[in-house]
Amino acid sequence: MAAKYIPLTGAESAAYAMKQINPDVLAAYPITPQTPIVMKFSEYVANGEVDTVSITVESEHSAMSATVGAAAAGARAMTATAANGLALMWEIVYIAASTRLPIVMGIVNRALSGPINIHGDHSDTMGARDAGWIQVYSENNQEVYDNYFMALRIAENEDVLLPVMVCQDGFITSHSVENVMPAPDQVVKEFIGKKKFKGLLTAEKPFTIGPLDLQDYYFEHKKQQHEAMKKVFPVIEAIQKEFAEKFGRKYDVIEEYRTEDADIVIMGMSSVMGTVKEVIDAAREKGIKVGAVKPRFFRPFPGEYLKKILSKFKAVGILDRSDSFGSLPPLFTETAAVFYTSSTKPLVKSYIHGLGGRDTTVKLLEKVVTDLQKLSETGEGNFTSEYLGVRE
Amino acid sequence: MKEIKKSWKNIPIGGNILEAGNSKNYITGTWRTFIPRLDKEKCVNCFQCWMFCPDNSISIVENKMVGFDYDHCKGCGMCVSVCPTKAITMEKEEK
Repeated sequence: MAAKYIPLTGAESAAYAMKQINPDVLAAYPITPQTPIVMKFSEYVANGEVDTVSITVESEHSAMSATVGAAAAGARAMTATAANGLALMWEIVYIAASTRLPIVMGIVNRALSGPINIHGDHSDTMGARDAGWIQVYSENNQEVYDNYFMALRIAENEDVLLPVMVCQDGFITSHSVENVMPAPDQVVKEFIGKKKFKGLLTAEKPFTIGPLDLQDYYFEHKKQQHEAMKKVFPVIEAIQKEFAEKFGRKYDVIEEYRTEDADIVIMGMSSVMGTVKEVIDAAREKGIKVGAVKPRFFRPFPGEYLKKILSKFKAVGILDRSDSFGSLPPLFTETAAVFYTSSTKPLVKSYIHGLGGRDTTVKLLEKVVTDLQKLSETGEGNFTSEYLGVRE
Repeated sequence: MKEIKKSWKNIPIGGNILEAGNSKNYITGTWRTFIPRLDKEKCVNCFQCWMFCPDNSISIVENKMVGFDYDHCKGCGMCVSVCPTKAITMEKEEK
């Protein structure tokens, strides 16, 4: 493979991956900060670089509806959105998952209003965490690019057949240029293969998709979704392994950074983890035994993995880029719940950070390291939550 | 009339229905409270009931109204209201 980096924004990385996937159908509506994905992809369509039928629709509700229709008819169908767009397609987001359609949707995470804000946080997809979609979060542009191919394979796996959201942080990732190493088209083509059709909708073989499903069978279909999610992690592991062989980049369900001898770790998802790693490198210089843990997937929730990994540490600071008003934030609560029956568990502290695109700076994360040192020594602040860097 | 309900392990995913024309397998007759009865003496085979029945539950054999498909008749009474000779009556169904 001729290794060559090209400079791409996160949004362009997504569009480049989509170009190489060459889906049968793309139906999308522009919304900041997702717009450059579909804008770039539309260029590929206009230039004849893809065979995709691009459907311009009047809203995200229609975008997801068209994507569902295309996927149900047997096509490889994709879309992309953000925040308020995701909210507008809400009803069909659930229908896509419960109808078991392997759609890949690019998400550029943005604060879901209000007051209105166009910058990055995870309030949009965290709200959609019970919609039945698989969610993968990307730290940087390379990961964005790579995740699209893995997402497609996971979605279309016959044991899974569930849609996947490939998330990246609004502006921080989507609009920042980084060096990305794309794979040759042929490598992608071989990796993703052709979509296996159960059968197109035809007059010769009619069947019904999305019928009314009441008290007598709905419950059974929910159980099927529940069980399909349980099969996802073995599939992810196999696909990540195959991806490493074909693309030369290795991913795990949970990425660990300098954790071998760590006493304390910072855990979080997406772009903030780049800053976290820098803070950890600096703290290590000072002899502080700190590492980082980055779950790449939030749905299905990698609880068993986290239980195994986090039980090694004295204290864990959990960064959530969203709040669950009236409760504790999602990554924190779900992680804490994993340890309910464990005798060995770390002390935990929750940080709500970066809402509405507020920068989570090196300085703020240095405070987290100091906090965690104190927590690990005294136990003070265990199971509490704070807004990291808010003006008091 | 009893339908055997299947486990989540052996039904198509996503609520998909793989064969066409299967609504006849869905026994809606169990919903009924009142049941239509036909008095053949009064029936003139005008088929008004057949035209109006919302569930295709009027049985016609050799151009004669012979009775009802009780597996699917929901007991709405539409046939009674359109029958010009009062050949159909509704009675409370004992279950």
